[in-house]
Amino acid sequence: MAADTIAQVNKIFIDVLDNEDIVLDPTTSAKDIDEWDSLNHIQLIVAIEKHFKIRFNSSEINGWKNVGEMCAAIEKRLEQ
Amino acid sequence: MLSFNSLKKNLKKNFSGLKKIKIALLSDSASQLLNTAIKGYGHEVGVDFEIYEADYNQIDLQVFDPSSELYSFNPDFIFINSSSEWLLKNFYKTEAHAQSQFANELLQTARKYYDTIAARLQSKVIINTFPEINDSVFGNYAAKVNSSFIYQLRKANVQLMELSQQTNGLFICDLAGLQAELGRQFVFDPKMYVNADMVYALEFLPYIGKHLTDIVLSITGTFKKCLVLDLDNTMWGGIIGDDGMEGIQVGDLGVGKAFTELQQWAKQLKQRGIILAVCSKNTEDIAKEPFLSHPDMVLKMDHIAVFVANWETKVDNLRYIQSVLNIGFDSMVFVDDNAFEREMVKSAIPEITVPELPEDPAEYLPYLRSLNLFETASFTEEDQERTKQYQEEAQRNVLLQTFETESDFLASLDMVSDTKPFDEFSVPRVAQLTQRSNQFNLRTIRYTEEDIKRIAADPNYRTISLTLEDRFGSHGLIGIVIMKDGGNKTLFIDSWIMSCRVLKRGMEQFTLNAIMEIAAKGGFEKVTGEYLPTKKNGIVKDHYANLGFESADGKWVAHVAGYEKRATFITNKNK
Repeated sequence: MAADTIAQVNKIFIDVLDNEDIVLDPTTSAKDIDEWDSLNHIQLIVAIEKHFKIRFNSSEINGWKNVGEMCAAIEKRLEQ
Repeated sequence: MLSFNSLKKNLKKNFSGLKKIKIALLSDSASQLLNTAIKGYGHEVGVDFEIYEADYNQIDLQVFDPSSELYSFNPDFIFINSSSEWLLKNFYKTEAHAQSQFANELLQTARKYYDTIAARLQSKVIINTFPEINDSVFGNYAAKVNSSFIYQLRKANVQLMELSQQTNGLFICDLAGLQAELGRQFVFDPKMYVNADMVYALEFLPYIGKHLTDIVLSITGTFKKCLVLDLDNTMWGGIIGDDGMEGIQVGDLGVGKAFTELQQWAKQLKQRGIILAVCSKNTEDIAKEPFLSHPDMVLKMDHIAVFVANWETKVDNLRYIQSVLNIGFDSMVFVDDNAFEREMVKSAIPEITVPELPEDPAEYLPYLRSLNLFETASFTEEDQERTKQYQEEAQRNVLLQTFETESDFLASLDMVSDTKPFDEFSVPRVAQLTQRSNQFNLRTIRYTEEDIKRIAADPNYRTISLTLEDRFGSHGLIGIVIMKDGGNKTLFIDSWIMSCRVLKRGMEQFTLNAIMEIAAKGGFEKVTGEYLPTKKNGIVKDHYANLGFESADGKWVAHVAGYEKRATFITNKNK
């Protein structure tokens, strides 16, 4: 996974969750970040889609276990 | 449009000092994010929405249970948000033989919601039209089948609009219209619907927040009254001073069409009651020429209430237009193609709305329409007369300068007033005055048409509506007084409102005579009044003192016994 993808995703998390202290690594999951609840998850998805100009499908958006899987899905879409 | 995220960030900002408005949000689908968008948009326009959000799909429970949170919250507004997705679900659950009655059933439900709420609360109710979903069960043939979903949905939308036309306290937030503008793809995200039960895509929510807020603000008295237009490259293509009458672009050919259609729109707004004014850097005679004699001009001189073309700054000229019309800067919209002029106006007079016009004239009109600048909460026949009234006012100003004394001038006007209690014909205009008048308004209490009807029928109240006519024309209904029996033989002036168009005519004194006469007839000994200051009603700060009332405990008192009728130049039509 490219370091660049996770860096961009990190920026999106900081912006959407309005928390400057967030530092993501591939193992980070919703348990690790207080603000990452189901409502904010929706906003994160929309922001990521917009930023990378991609569209996820409905089965993947609730299936990621952590940020690493999320980034892998982004990169898979970018390759298509 | 602002992003959802930026609206969400507004929630952390300071809301103190903003206008407070209570809204109840009843929704058939998940509404937390909509709640955020509404609250966040409110901050953008200086409103602190206190929102009660009912749990998911509780509309019936909240409306029909008299002990529900809705009723204890007692909101100013109730937004009942119904989605097309639920509509479709319910339609499919309906027995085939009943599907042709689906829209009628829906209308009955909406009516029942409204009637139930109206029987218990004074709240205004806002419902939405349904964004279209074509379920493609019948294809295009659906149009020919009265039990098809799309037919029933469209019928429901029309019937809801008709219901709102018959019901003063019911308003429509036109989500169907928004979807037509923005597209289904933008409004609805299937993935979010399936995963999170979101019936609106995230970035559509700010639009709902804006339109809901537009409606609420127009009902509470904040809306645009005047459209000020630049000329060269805004009303026509080219520069009249350089290109001449033959050279400017307006009419059916080429880019001229963009300007013609913009003019047609402005003319429609004028018919609705928006005052049109011109503010142009030009030589006056040259600027007026197209209005007088260009065959393709839609706008003519008599559509324009104030025409200012000179070489002063636009800022000075806009101040002049504002002072002639006597309206707030915040009720004015200024349209100019020149970015430099726009910036200058915005920084000098931040209250004026100055749209960032696109560069391409073909985009002007679609862009201006998309801003929904001219939301209104009422429409009366008088609205259509407004431009004429402002033009007549300009003629009076010219006449005034030819008289030695003000009395001579007033006497020459042959003023007549139709003075009587509120009646069924005056109710809409009376309500409108309470909603729209900010300056000559002693207590700034807003009333709806239904409130006014109730007051007119209540024996504890006395009411006066006043018109004014003079030899130049009619001002229409320009003054109202609502008085309440305050006990102890005291008549309390609950509302005293006058249009600023008729200041300095002796109308205040004439109205006072009418008040005192009613008080005397009703056996009252005292009339009391009160001034509640707002940002805008400074002109009536000394109103009661000027009329000879005595100050007492923060209120003002006049005694009926020994009242000397004030001299005026106004004749009462009913005597």
